[in-house]
Amino acid sequence: MSIDLPLVFAAIIAFGVIMYVVMDGFDLGVGILYPFFKDRGDRDVMMNTIAPVWDGNETWLVLGGVALFGAFPMAYAVILPALYLPLMLMLVALIFRGVAFEFRFKAARTRPLWDFAFAAGSTVATFCQGLALGAFVQGIKVSGRGFAGGTFDWLTPFALFTGAALVAGYAMLGCAWLIMKTEGGLRDRLFAMMRPIGLVVLAFIAGVSLWTPFHDPQIMTRWFSWPNIAYLSPVPILVALLGLGLVRAVRRRHESGPFLYTLGLFVLSYAGLAISLWPDIVPPDVSIWDASGAPESQRFLIVGMAILIPVILGYTGYSYWVFRGKVRADSGYH
Amino acid sequence: MSGLDALDLARIQFAFTVSFHILFPSFTIGLASYLAVLGGLWLWTGREVFHTLARFWSRIFAMSFGMGVVSGVVMSYQFGTNWSRFSDVAGNVLGPLLSYEVLTAFFLEAGFLGIMLFGWNRVGRGLHFFATCMVAVGTLISTFWILSANSWMHTPQGHAIRDGRFFPEDWLQVIFNPSFPYRLAHMVLAAYLTTAFVVGAVGAWHLLRNGRNEAARVMFSMAMWMATLVAPVQIFAGDAHGLNTLEHQPEKIAAIEGHWETSRGMPLFLFGWPDMEREETRLALGIPHLGSLILTHSWDGEVRGLKEWPKDQRPPSTVIFWTFRAMVGLGMLMALTGLLALWLRWRGQLYDTKLFHHAAVAMAPAGFVAILCGWITTEMGRQPWVVHGLLRTSDALSPVPAHNVAVSLAAFVVVYLIVFGVGVFYILRLMRAGPETVHVPVPEGVRAAPMRPLSAAGGTVESGGRAR
Repeated sequence: MSIDLPLVFAAIIAFGVIMYVVMDGFDLGVGILYPFFKDRGDRDVMMNTIAPVWDGNETWLVLGGVALFGAFPMAYAVILPALYLPLMLMLVALIFRGVAFEFRFKAARTRPLWDFAFAAGSTVATFCQGLALGAFVQGIKVSGRGFAGGTFDWLTPFALFTGAALVAGYAMLGCAWLIMKTEGGLRDRLFAMMRPIGLVVLAFIAGVSLWTPFHDPQIMTRWFSWPNIAYLSPVPILVALLGLGLVRAVRRRHESGPFLYTLGLFVLSYAGLAISLWPDIVPPDVSIWDASGAPESQRFLIVGMAILIPVILGYTGYSYWVFRGKVRADSGYH
Repeated sequence: MSGLDALDLARIQFAFTVSFHILFPSFTIGLASYLAVLGGLWLWTGREVFHTLARFWSRIFAMSFGMGVVSGVVMSYQFGTNWSRFSDVAGNVLGPLLSYEVLTAFFLEAGFLGIMLFGWNRVGRGLHFFATCMVAVGTLISTFWILSANSWMHTPQGHAIRDGRFFPEDWLQVIFNPSFPYRLAHMVLAAYLTTAFVVGAVGAWHLLRNGRNEAARVMFSMAMWMATLVAPVQIFAGDAHGLNTLEHQPEKIAAIEGHWETSRGMPLFLFGWPDMEREETRLALGIPHLGSLILTHSWDGEVRGLKEWPKDQRPPSTVIFWTFRAMVGLGMLMALTGLLALWLRWRGQLYDTKLFHHAAVAMAPAGFVAILCGWITTEMGRQPWVVHGLLRTSDALSPVPAHNVAVSLAAFVVVYLIVFGVGVFYILRLMRAGPETVHVPVPEGVRAAPMRPLSAAGGTVESGGRAR
């Protein structure tokens, strides 16, 4: 076999995860921002900006799960039991925010309840994802081919910190998305929120970046030894430049700028994470080759992925194009 | 929770979450196809009533689909969280099948669902019809893959076992394993019937209020055609599926029939209480030779009894004896409804026979109950195996302590009952409001009767202003 299939699949799963993070990120972010907008009309508009696309966005989460199952069954079998409680809480939260899309437009007296379900569900699901990410980065105890740690291994200060960081990050994505999709007074208030949220997120990025190397001397060496520090220094420098660009775009009231800069920040943070963890799929000891599934399974799957992922991107893009432009209060879809 | 160990709790949780989940796809598989048919008829004939019906049912579809999605995401994670040993051992085979389900079906549905639900005024009629077809095709492709994966667990083939793990050797054999074609046909027909009886019940309900309601007449007629044509086919498909099971999982059939001793001329029990301890079926009331006749298509055919298998390899007969009979009984009722509809149609009384309309309303849940009973029968009939004959359910469990599973199970029970209870309540309200409340142009004469007074609760469902 001339192609390194585990490597290809690691790349595909990484791509699926970042697609999920930015796409469901902005629609979860809309939910996180809900408590700051009390007006029913504003809330209708905010939800209508994402109603046609949230389901497709969430499908990337399912793809991430099953692609891991398909290509790295051992990693799937270790990571999911290790993160049992946060993942269960995330699923329950996703149920509440998912049904809220339909329910709040059907409800009358109970509408505030579904508004709450949407906001709380989005926030809790995001926090759990951040928590799971932090616990994953810190490492999972493995023995043989199974999880060998305890029920609450995931509950650490670092994981709580990454949970909060992701809530801020998704809120930023949501805010930037809404700036693109709304107008008038609603957009003005979103512009006013963008800068403080952005600064909080940059602080979180700095915090996570400085905290992560202390978990593992390997990560420390990877980033701070010579000559790596020279090769990798563009990552933090680009983060700083994007931060500056973001502040400028907000000041000039550029409508799509904030979203693009936020996307850039997410991609860079994600790349930083990948550099830290490489080549582990279950940190700190299991590499993508250790956890790799059967080559015949991966070969079977890669054929379909090579054909289908571009097609999926094509019609997903088309759907976004159909619903392009501003969403107005009275021109909603309902 | 004392007395229940981690295995029991994980099984209860899986059974509970998957049972809730299956209700929504069963309905949306049929409804998506129905919406595609309505969209096609509207394009073809230009009759506004098809547009009205499409608008009406797509609102209900949206609710049901949303609940199917959120309960389905739970399923895709539960293999890993609760059955990690199974995931590791069988992942090489099942992981790619589920991945293909996501790639070929979920994205297709999700990608076009937005256009189907929200794009009425954004794209042309033809393109909207295309989007609806893509969603419908997506639901069927999804059924294909998930049933292929499930069937492989019943009749595994095309794999090798090395170091206690499954490795695929021939994907065509894995995908088209022996029970798959039968299970797929049986399930798709079941989904279509389930939807038909819901649509028929809603049509009948509105006919009882206003016999001249054109939309109600059209949907009732279409649903009853489905019952007339599909229910007999389903009985045939179910019989074929049963014979296939007899060939590959004979102990499941023995347990379904409460049949203990291998014998010729096996009776068909209509009633009885299979007792797993005493190894007999108590209070048995049966028709001689009928069991052999159905299963072997011969008067004196031999059918193996449960005692041929060691006690720890017998499926729980007590339960599946009854779930199977409930499913078959409901299937017969559906076929009977279809026949009656045909007779009334021939007599020209389909829209005027109130008693029949009441019966059709009562049949609304028939498909759902039959599907649940059928799945309980086939899945409990596979026990104690998770992969038939090769991997025991007890060896498939995650190393997650019982109290964690107890917490998540309790959370799922509470959340599902609240969320899906409310969802079903809203769906029923939409159904009660009826197609005439959908805000689309309706030709003269359709609104023959005054609209029913809207509920005083003043909710959005009742006013129908949120037409989709």
